[in-house]
Amino acid sequence: MADTLPIVTPARHQPRGLRAVLRRPMFWLPAAVLMLFIAMALLPAPFAGIFGNGDPRACNLADSAAGPRPGHPFGFDLQGCDLWANAVYGAQASITVGVVATLIALGIAIVLGTLAGLRGGVVDWLISRATEVFLGFPFLLAAIVVLNSVGERTVWTVSLVLGVFGWPTMARLMRASVRSIRSSEYVLAARTMGLGPARIISRYVLPNSLSPVFILATIAIGAVIVAESSLTYLGIGLQPPAISWGLQIAAGSRIFQSAPHVLLLPSGFLAATVLSVIVLGDALRAGSDPRRLQ
Amino acid sequence: MTDDTGVLLAVRSLRVAFDLEGDSHVGVADVSFEVGAGEILAIVGESGSGKSVASMAVLGLLPENASVEGAIEFEGRDILGLSAGELRGIRGSGIAMIFQDPVAALNPVFTVGFQIVEAVRAQNGGLPKAQARRRAVELLELVGIPDAERRLDSYPHQLSGGQCQRVMIAMALAGEPRLLIADEPTTALDVTVQAEILDVLRSLRDRVGLSILMITHDMGVVADIADRVVVMKEGNVVERGNVAEIFTRPQAEYTHRLLSAVPRFGGRDDATHAESTEATLSVRSLVVEYGGRLRGLVRAVDDVSLSVAPGEILGVVGESGSGKTTIGRAVIGLAPVTAGTIEVCGVDLATRDRVARQRMRRRVGVVFQNPATSLNPRFSVAETVSEPLRMIARLRGSELSDRTDALLASVGLDGRWRERYSHELSGGQRQRVAIARAVALDPDLLIADEPTSALDVSVQARVLDVFRELQERLGFACVFISHDLAVVDSLCDSVAVMHRGRVVEQGSRARVLFDPAEEYTRRLIASAPVPDPAEQRLRREARRAV
Repeated sequence: MADTLPIVTPARHQPRGLRAVLRRPMFWLPAAVLMLFIAMALLPAPFAGIFGNGDPRACNLADSAAGPRPGHPFGFDLQGCDLWANAVYGAQASITVGVVATLIALGIAIVLGTLAGLRGGVVDWLISRATEVFLGFPFLLAAIVVLNSVGERTVWTVSLVLGVFGWPTMARLMRASVRSIRSSEYVLAARTMGLGPARIISRYVLPNSLSPVFILATIAIGAVIVAESSLTYLGIGLQPPAISWGLQIAAGSRIFQSAPHVLLLPSGFLAATVLSVIVLGDALRAGSDPRRLQ
Repeated sequence: MTDDTGVLLAVRSLRVAFDLEGDSHVGVADVSFEVGAGEILAIVGESGSGKSVASMAVLGLLPENASVEGAIEFEGRDILGLSAGELRGIRGSGIAMIFQDPVAALNPVFTVGFQIVEAVRAQNGGLPKAQARRRAVELLELVGIPDAERRLDSYPHQLSGGQCQRVMIAMALAGEPRLLIADEPTTALDVTVQAEILDVLRSLRDRVGLSILMITHDMGVVADIADRVVVMKEGNVVERGNVAEIFTRPQAEYTHRLLSAVPRFGGRDDATHAESTEATLSVRSLVVEYGGRLRGLVRAVDDVSLSVAPGEILGVVGESGSGKTTIGRAVIGLAPVTAGTIEVCGVDLATRDRVARQRMRRRVGVVFQNPATSLNPRFSVAETVSEPLRMIARLRGSELSDRTDALLASVGLDGRWRERYSHELSGGQRQRVAIARAVALDPDLLIADEPTSALDVSVQARVLDVFRELQERLGFACVFISHDLAVVDSLCDSVAVMHRGRVVEQGSRARVLFDPAEEYTRRLIASAPVPDPAEQRLRREARRAV
């Protein structure tokens, strides 16, 4: 009567779960890149000093947008500051803004999306309309109003504003995802078992509905870093003398045609960070999903 | 037998392999068959047997990673090596195809008239609009749609599934093909509708001389319509022959098994059940309405009363939309009860007492229809089955794992399956895990909503065996919702027939199925195909008389 398994099942001999994921290059390569940037963010000085000129604020206007030379392998920006040192010091603000703002948006989106998707009815209607209001709001206008009314503009206030205005798309996605899982039969089976709502949400609904929102969130990190730069460009983001990739990209884009090398380093760092986060997110998602662990 | 009529389609030594990330998977190993002019050939097999792949290869519709070897000759011309453009010339005008789900195959934003005219003009571009429309009306009349002229302006959602399938057939016929490939054309349809569609196909063969290549898993359908049969298993042909030979004297062991797995009508005596004082489930004047004032109310269940005694299996049969699933959902508290009462073991479902309601939930188990979505994909088999034990019965440690193992063993899965995830299981295994989960708390009542209708016949037989065995051992009462009368006949003690939200007939199994009092029940029984060509012919004639 009992079903027999084939004796040799190669998949069985390979490590499963997180251990298998850790061995893949798709995991450790982006993880290494991210660790490097995080190390830069935490301890910028040793990294900035690699080429001998580690002070981002030692600038000489005579060197404005000058090309590479010994000790300054990436050249100078518009103010005549060393590009490498600036890019290294910029990691801190940029990564903090990117991660914090995305986490805030993700948190709001998961809570509201799950509520709307699971409860339906009036709750769903209210949340959906609120989402639409936020989506229809001119983001820049809102950011200008809010950021102008807070006295001091730091990494944290900028992250908060970007996060609070960044959740609507994620919330809509979360809501749609939860709704499709809510009516699936294993959730119905859990409900008829008499399981409580906390258990159903945490073990049945969320694990199966988070994946699309996580994909969006990993992409959003890059978008937030860029958005910070446009706020800064308008003079309502981080204030100089703050250093961030966004500030550097904004400044560099003005002289892009005459001195393209100014953009190279900050945008390269930004692209590497975003790409690493996306690939790493994908690898981790694969690691947590039994269907993809084969 | 095809010598006198001529061979229309000949498939020789067909081999199809799929390249999956470097690994080669053989979909069809070595298949040869012929379809004569005006002949209906059925390819039968279970899922994964390669029957669909073989038919897709004929039309060149396989995905990019497939490599095809062998020869496919249509009207004496090898069509395997043809370019995309040349193939397009054959599709539609030479060979046409209809699919399993007619509602999904029609474009929802255009009228069916527009879509048929499209198909007509695709084959005959110069045809003026008025003539194309006239042709569309002809085609609809050919497939038996009444009031065809008016139906042209309907949208697909305004038609029933059976009418959609007729429209699909009409579109397939637009190019006057010689061969129609029908891939499970009636699987998504109710039995009465299935019978009508098969009638349409048969009359097309008789009137237009159309050859039909029918892909199906349903032996009843084969017995009803086919002239010849090819039985496939794991990419190979295991048997071929005339329909009468296959059914009366099957040679291959596999065909034997396939035929004996098909549940048959009338193979069982009535078991007598002790009349008990208190019913496990008692439903009184239940009304369930969906929708609201804005969208309009839909009455899914209308004044239904049922009762199930302890240890009794009640079969609820009906076609889709008859409200049978809604009753099951209402009993487990997942449907809005507008009026009436539901009592499980004497406790009213609507009781305000939370503890009593919680306790009652534990006494009701549920098995759902779709094996693909009935298990949490993030849980292993052991986690799935132990979930109710851990969370509701509060078992821990060795007690928990012993009980889990016992439950899995009782559905025929040994300890090695414990750590598997649902995507690693077959449909039948998933359904057995779902059954183990449903009976984990030793329920008094089990609601089984079409638990086997998505499964192959031989798998279905296994699952039903497991189900029957568990029921005899644990003695729970059961509401078994199904559209398959033969399954209900083989399993249930009493039967309720539903039609448009009402119970039209109710009584003991033998009384309802073999001496039906209602017209509708008789029609339902007459439409259910039986796997026997001779008997099926008699039944067909009887049905026409009804």
